[in-house]
Amino acid sequence: MADLRVNIGKLSLKNPVTTASGTFGYGTEYADFMDIERLGGIFVKGTTLEAREGNPYPRMAETPAGMLNAVGLQNKGAEYFTDAIYPKLKELDTNIIVNVSGSSIDSYVACAEKIAALGKIPAIELNISCPNVKKGGMAFGVSAAGAAEVVRAVRKVYPRTLIVKLSPNVTDITEIAKAAEAEGADSLSLINTLLGMAIDAGKRKPILSTVTGGLSGPCVKPISLRMVWQTYQAVKIPIIGLGGISNWRDAVEFLLAGAAAIQIGTYNFIDPSASLDVIDGINAYCDEYGIKSVSELSGALEI
Amino acid sequence: MKVTENANLHDNYCLLKLRADGALPEMRPGQFVQVWVTHSPAVFLRRPISIHYVDRERNELWLLIQKVGEATRAMAAYSPGDTLNLLLPLGNGFTILSKTSDKRKLLLIGGGVGIAPLLFLGERLQAEGFAPNFLLGARTKDDLLQLEDFQRFGTVYTTTEDGSQGEKGYVTQHSILGKTRFDYLYTCGPKPMMMAVARYAASALIPCEVSLENTMACGIGACLCCVENTTQGHVCVCTEGPVFNIDKLKWLI
Ligand SMILES: Cc1cc2nc3c(=O)[nH]c(=O)nc-3n(C[C@H](O)[C@H](O)[C@H](O)COP(=O)(O)OP(=O)(O)OC[C@H]3O[C@@H](n4cnc5c(N)ncnc54)[C@H](O)[C@@H]3O)c2cc1C
Ligand SMILES: Cc1cc2nc3c(=O)[nH]c(=O)nc-3n(C[C@H](O)[C@H](O)[C@H](O)COP(=O)(O)O)c2cc1C
Ligand code: FES
Repeated sequence: MADLRVNIGKLSLKNPVTTASGTFGYGTEYADFMDIERLGGIFVKGTTLEAREGNPYPRMAETPAGMLNAVGLQNKGAEYFTDAIYPKLKELDTNIIVNVSGSSIDSYVACAEKIAALGKIPAIELNISCPNVKKGGMAFGVSAAGAAEVVRAVRKVYPRTLIVKLSPNVTDITEIAKAAEAEGADSLSLINTLLGMAIDAGKRKPILSTVTGGLSGPCVKPISLRMVWQTYQAVKIPIIGLGGISNWRDAVEFLLAGAAAIQIGTYNFIDPSASLDVIDGINAYCDEYGIKSVSELSGALEI
Repeated sequence: MKVTENANLHDNYCLLKLRADGALPEMRPGQFVQVWVTHSPAVFLRRPISIHYVDRERNELWLLIQKVGEATRAMAAYSPGDTLNLLLPLGNGFTILSKTSDKRKLLLIGGGVGIAPLLFLGERLQAEGFAPNFLLGARTKDDLLQLEDFQRFGTVYTTTEDGSQGEKGYVTQHSILGKTRFDYLYTCGPKPMMMAVARYAASALIPCEVSLENTMACGIGACLCCVENTTQGHVCVCTEGPVFNIDKLKWLI
């Protein structure tokens, strides 16, 4: 049994396996299918200051080895999270990390402040990369200056571990990564979904109500893996890798490319307890190769 | 779960019977399962399929499937002995009126493969002391499935678009609607049909429940892909539905 513990800033995870925002609800949805407390952490669904209805249906299109979504950050707002959800989550024996979104600097800051008041939430993940909202979101995440501005503002009000989630829909992800690091981010998570599109040829119409949406699932893995590897060489802060992970082998590849921890997203829909198999698989891999601590794997790629 | 039988019904449908290793959990009519189709590379997501019938004696779950694409064709190709990974039971299910309800005349209206959940519903209603009526519509007589099974639980009326069986036309044109005043309607089928039924129910002031088939990813309330716009905003069809009272929907009725 290897030591699976890893640290992300001040946050300690019992193992490097977590679940991705927007794919795991508030965690409790999965409690019927698995022991969610075995996870290193749960990134709960995107939360904004005010409630959002999200985009109209249809919001989903299946693709080869993946899917497009256009949920558009539907959620009941930070206050609802505080009053109705937090009390149910705060006793869980795993890290609950809130994914924070906004449409302006002020709304990011106000939402982060509300979450900062919740003692049992050890970290937030700043979503500056959602492709599914018209205003804001990705607008901040696609330029180094925009990313710097929002990270700087949130850093001022958020004392705990600040993870910044990056968009792959950029020319050079390392530029954005460096900007977030310079403004005090404790960690980076990447990647969010890739902008894509699906058409119904018979109807000559787009399948998604928003025409374009975010691509995720196994089909994006080579891209996310490449971006993790590039970013690992550009920054010093720990990276949380995600994008298409569906089994322990994928997870180990991300660790080798430089990730300190990983998130499992879309694959939870296919196999709700896949994340637990990934924990067991990483452990077995470590044992097989005589690795005492999983943190030794981070960036251990040999080129 | 293990496939015990997979019967092709005409060209376009199959009846898949599955047996659980342990006891099947409690299930309600209108609930569904999420099937993982593992052997077809073109299929990534699980597929939602209604619970057609539960045979407690044989510990069997029945699914009635229309072959419309890759996943459903792959399901039709399963053979006895194959094992399937299913999430179940999911969703809310139809309202089972209480034994003492003054609503006695119940009509279950199904179109196409939308008849699937109505067999289980009819059985449960009969067990509760009702004498349910089924109004089943299809394109042709070959698309009218499982009629003998439905007849075990109530009176069956049929329509076909080409008139090859039952009355010619759509379910909402069937003469029974003019002859009998029903107290409660349940419906599942293609959306235009359910909307026509909802319009009829609204104009005749009859309570009506519909079972929606919004496309799904997770099926367990985690992804928010399957939402329907209701009087309470966007709600997940997979957890708050698939069955809704038409009062809750924002259909233009
Ligand atoms: C709660 C629920 C219960 C269902 N119960 C049954 C059932 O008992 N029996 C049954 O045969 N089918 C049922 N369906 C529909 C079934 O899930 C789809 O037919 C199936 O997912 C199609 O997969 P495919 O790969 O074969 O086809 P695809 O290649 O995915 O699609 C083929 C065609 O079917 C259409 N389609 C795809 N998904 C749906 C959907 N969810 N609803 C309507 N049309 C769709 C597509 O637009 C396309 O035109 C149910 C759906 C829901 C949401
Ligand atoms: C349905 C759905 C909803 C999502 N919602 C969010 C969200 O609210 N916030 C966020 O930062 N990322 C969101 N994502 C992106 C995922 O967290 C993840 O970055 C992406 O899907 C890539 O990982 P995967 O391939 O493992 O799914 C969502 C993804 C999906 C599929
Ligand atoms: S299908 Fe994911 S929430 Fe309904």
